[in-house]
Amino acid sequence: MNIVVLLKAVPVVGTERLDADLLTDRSVQLEANGNDEYLLEKALQLTETHGGEVTLLTVGPSGATEALRKALAMGAAGAVHVVDETMRGSDARATIEVLAAALAKLDFDLCFAGADTSDGQGGVVGAALAVKLGLPYLSYASEIEPAPAGVRIHRLNAAGYDVLESPTPAVIMGTQLLGAPRYPSLRGIMQARSKPLDTWTLADLGIGSDAVGSATATTRTLDAEKPPERAGATFVREPADVAVAQVVDFLAARRLI
Amino acid sequence: MAEIWTIGEIADGAPTRLTLELATLARGMAEASGGTARTLLVGQGAGSAAAEAASYGPAVLVVETDAALASRPIANVVAPRAAALIAQHSPDFVLVGASNDGKDVAGLLLGLTDLPILYNGAAAAWADGGPQVEMSTFGGKLVTHSAFNGSRGIIVLRSGAITAEPAASAGSVETAGVDGVSELPEVKVVDSVTEAGAAAPIEEARIIVGGGRGVGSADGFRLVEDLAAALGGAVGATRAVVDSGWIGYSQQIGQTGKIVKPALYVACGISGAIQHKVGVQTAGTIVAINRDPDAPIAEFADLMVVGDLFEIVPRLTEAIQARKAAG
Repeated sequence: MNIVVLLKAVPVVGTERLDADLLTDRSVQLEANGNDEYLLEKALQLTETHGGEVTLLTVGPSGATEALRKALAMGAAGAVHVVDETMRGSDARATIEVLAAALAKLDFDLCFAGADTSDGQGGVVGAALAVKLGLPYLSYASEIEPAPAGVRIHRLNAAGYDVLESPTPAVIMGTQLLGAPRYPSLRGIMQARSKPLDTWTLADLGIGSDAVGSATATTRTLDAEKPPERAGATFVREPADVAVAQVVDFLAARRLI
Repeated sequence: MAEIWTIGEIADGAPTRLTLELATLARGMAEASGGTARTLLVGQGAGSAAAEAASYGPAVLVVETDAALASRPIANVVAPRAAALIAQHSPDFVLVGASNDGKDVAGLLLGLTDLPILYNGAAAAWADGGPQVEMSTFGGKLVTHSAFNGSRGIIVLRSGAITAEPAASAGSVETAGVDGVSELPEVKVVDSVTEAGAAAPIEEARIIVGGGRGVGSADGFRLVEDLAAALGGAVGATRAVVDSGWIGYSQQIGQTGKIVKPALYVACGISGAIQHKVGVQTAGTIVAINRDPDAPIAEFADLMVVGDLFEIVPRLTEAIQARKAAG
């Protein structure tokens, strides 16, 4: 089975900032979105067991290359990087159109997406993409395996999980329960240098630059400010019994118990 | 004069707390705009949740679905029906809760309707002729406000955006038929497995007691669960605790887990690393119990109890039980 893993290159967690236009500044160092790496790990395991190849797909600035190389070193066979300066400031809809157009050119049985990204926290792209592509959408996967009918996943819910099945190709959004991502081996890092990393532009996808970018965005950020500081902790350093009485009084005063 | 809809969620025959919060929010935003609000409830037995939802003000539109659809994930049932009704009634703004099912509904609706979308909302208000959505951006480093450039859109909101409050007069309840539904590609629920010891969901909890590496073991984590039970709250955990298998992933709070906003968070043996902080820093009140007075959690806790959690937590559990027993 051939699997495309959607991988977003996000600012290194903790270093995120907005630029002068209140857009996420992507000129800082980028890394693979943490949640996406769990899907990559599962994709690698599935293809190691059942055959096929893993292809990475990212839409993002030229600085995303480093994250793609690392993911190639983990074991992906190749990568497609859609990079076009005119996309800066695109909203979710434009990004989904670009991803859908790129996926239409790739041959895959499964397309994997992480549960959400550290810089946007939307968690909606996978579902919208599936609709655009006319494919089944399966989400919050804690297990993914081939099935006679196509693919079977465990979907987390509050009480346990549902077992879902659909034909393939399908879009699957997964969780960390799929298993921790591997570290690239030295051999993997060497091999990654010669793996195909294709760069596509919007023109390659038949999308005009007038369909993307800030000018077409349907939403805007109005302002950004530092959150109000919490007042600072009151310290309790008394022996346990006294400390507990103070905690109870504190909670009662705030009507929390 | 905006028409603002909430797409509701039903659990055990009742609207979820998040649904009632959004209905309260929609009511306020509709009043501010001089418009109207509606709550949409879709699914088999949706009617049973209608009266409670209506008591929060917005008129409730019920779409009952037949048993044949019960083998599909609920988002795959709700989204195409919501999309058909949106096409029919053209509401200006559609509120969806950021639960797992809610985010699926929002994503599917995004694909089906092509409406603009703002997600990861922590709060929303009607201002300057449209909704302004507040977000806790980059793990809470910034508070940003966003708006739509046009006059329509989908807003995905996390729990805790507002306190759910019943309205002075309840909304009407109407059962709607939906025409022109085009079903999504079929996904079948072939089995449902209940796992023993499944904990109360943290997204809906007003009080959460969290445990970190400091609890030391699965047995140590029981102290956290006991305190949560005494407080009537849910159990949360850091990634280290989940990775150790002491509690399930559904309870994980933080960057790679869930972002929650309870009225009270009690952090037991949690250092407060940035990855955990981002998941809980907007809690109303944070009480930390930690041996290390220099732990980063002191920087965002309201009350920092310095001491051995194995001594303090069981005594706190007893004290709260005693207080509740005394009424």
